Amino acid sequence: MKDMSSPPVIEAKGIGLIFQTDDGPVEALKDISLAIGRGEFVSFIGPSGCGKTTFLRAIAALEHPTSGTLTVNGMSPEEARRSRAYGYVFQAAGLYPWRTIAGNVQLPLEIMGFSRAERAERVRKVLDLVDLGGFGKKFPWQLSGGMQQRASIARALAFDADILLMDEPFGALDEIVRDRLNEELLKLWNETGKTIGFVTHSIPEAVYLSTKIVVMSPRPGRIADVIESPLPRERPLDIRDSPEFLEIAHRVREGLRAGHAYD
Amino acid sequence: MKSVLPILTVLFALVLIWYGAAIGLNAQWTRDQAARAGVEVSFSDILSDTLSQARPKLPAPHQVAVELYQSTWDEEVNGRRGIVATGTLSNRSLIYHGWVTLSATMLGFAFGTGLGILLAVGIVHSKAMDMSFMPWAIASQTVPILAIAPMVIVVLASIGIKGLIPKAIIAAYLSFFPVLVGMVKGFRAPDTMQLDLLKTYNASRFGTFWRLRLPSSVPYLFASLKVGIAAALVGTIVGELPAGASAGLGARLLSGSYYGQTIQIWAALLAAAALAAGLVVIVGVIERIVLGRMGMRS
Repeated sequence: MKDMSSPPVIEAKGIGLIFQTDDGPVEALKDISLAIGRGEFVSFIGPSGCGKTTFLRAIAALEHPTSGTLTVNGMSPEEARRSRAYGYVFQAAGLYPWRTIAGNVQLPLEIMGFSRAERAERVRKVLDLVDLGGFGKKFPWQLSGGMQQRASIARALAFDADILLMDEPFGALDEIVRDRLNEELLKLWNETGKTIGFVTHSIPEAVYLSTKIVVMSPRPGRIADVIESPLPRERPLDIRDSPEFLEIAHRVREGLRAGHAYD
Repeated sequence: MKSVLPILTVLFALVLIWYGAAIGLNAQWTRDQAARAGVEVSFSDILSDTLSQARPKLPAPHQVAVELYQSTWDEEVNGRRGIVATGTLSNRSLIYHGWVTLSATMLGFAFGTGLGILLAVGIVHSKAMDMSFMPWAIASQTVPILAIAPMVIVVLASIGIKGLIPKAIIAAYLSFFPVLVGMVKGFRAPDTMQLDLLKTYNASRFGTFWRLRLPSSVPYLFASLKVGIAAALVGTIVGELPAGASAGLGARLLSGSYYGQTIQIWAALLAAAALAAGLVVIVGVIERIVLGRMGMRS
């Protein structure tokens, strides 16, 4: 589905980002150049402090690069945010405890002014998509952590943004739940054809999910390696025992080592 | 039952201490009277006398209980001025005075709560207001209310405002502060992630306030309201003390102290305490209903 002829959805050229802190300036990102095509699943992996979350937040216009150019859908990130180009999933589900699951999912739709009928229709559709069909009337505390995170993904999908940005969405979940959600996320990506940016610090997760793996290293945050995955789009869980999978995982580890990520 | 037992134990201990203190404090007067009359008093004489004096230093619990009964039920039902005989509340009954105090308390509480919430909205949304107003709000609470209350009463009386309004203003002055502090904290309760989420939806400031800050602040609101309503009651009673107010629990306290009617003072005090407890309980019940409806377990 990757379309090389169309312009990239997200394009970074020489991005630098310096935070001014009390201890002086901190270089969070240095010389990041990257193009992400339509329908790609791109993982950002690296140790904490490597700038992977900062870069994702820069795409979402939640942080502002101090140098270089960054475009999303051909616009500045700020304009893309205003035109609601992306859905963002945070590490914590962050559901409102005073809203039901359906109420939470329709939150962005209310803010964006969808009609009542359309809201109900879309909520039903995306809840089915994340396998939470019968849970619309439940409150968040009645759901497990994994189900809450699925609801937050539904919330990000509800308004049809082409881009899905996910910041360690499964980082707080146990490995069994995480495996299942990874599988479901791949299925969802296949069904919707969205462009996904995914931050993680799990090597198997990055290799299993991605069409492109961006290995980053810290101080200053920069790209150590970009790996195009040769794995097919259809990926059963046991693909993780195949030689190709292990080879890519090895290359990710090499990239992390080269970037002094293990120091 | 489990929760009632400790409460009853504490109550029992308090009553016991109260009786002991009443005997101890009132014994001197009994002995003085006996010495003046030139008679010997036995311990049992002292015991019975200290618990039944007309103007004891510290009235015994049963004396206060009898006074409470006589100045509420008995006065209204059997009294010449009572509601049964005249159709209006007797101005000698604590029900009448309690109602006067309650109405000013509720008005002041509503006013103070509204003011507190409005100021909190302003402070959360405007850095300038946060810097300029908050110190004044804190300073306002360091001035003793006893010093301000008479001035408010006198100044407002000179421009023709008397009765309910001045007392309500004093009540509002005390009750806006806990609401202000609680609501500033409540409106700021949402964390960065939740605010960022709304930013990704390109939500307006109003949308953020209405959909996130306001619902997040509800638990804080009720915590503040419980403090605020008790403060409003204190403010109203203080407002009834100066300038010879003729009605209200505060006026009852004052007239009791003018005429050395300690039993009347204690009855009014207990009535005020019961009123405060009742108001806090009502706020608590509303809290449980509202938070329950909002899906939040308190």
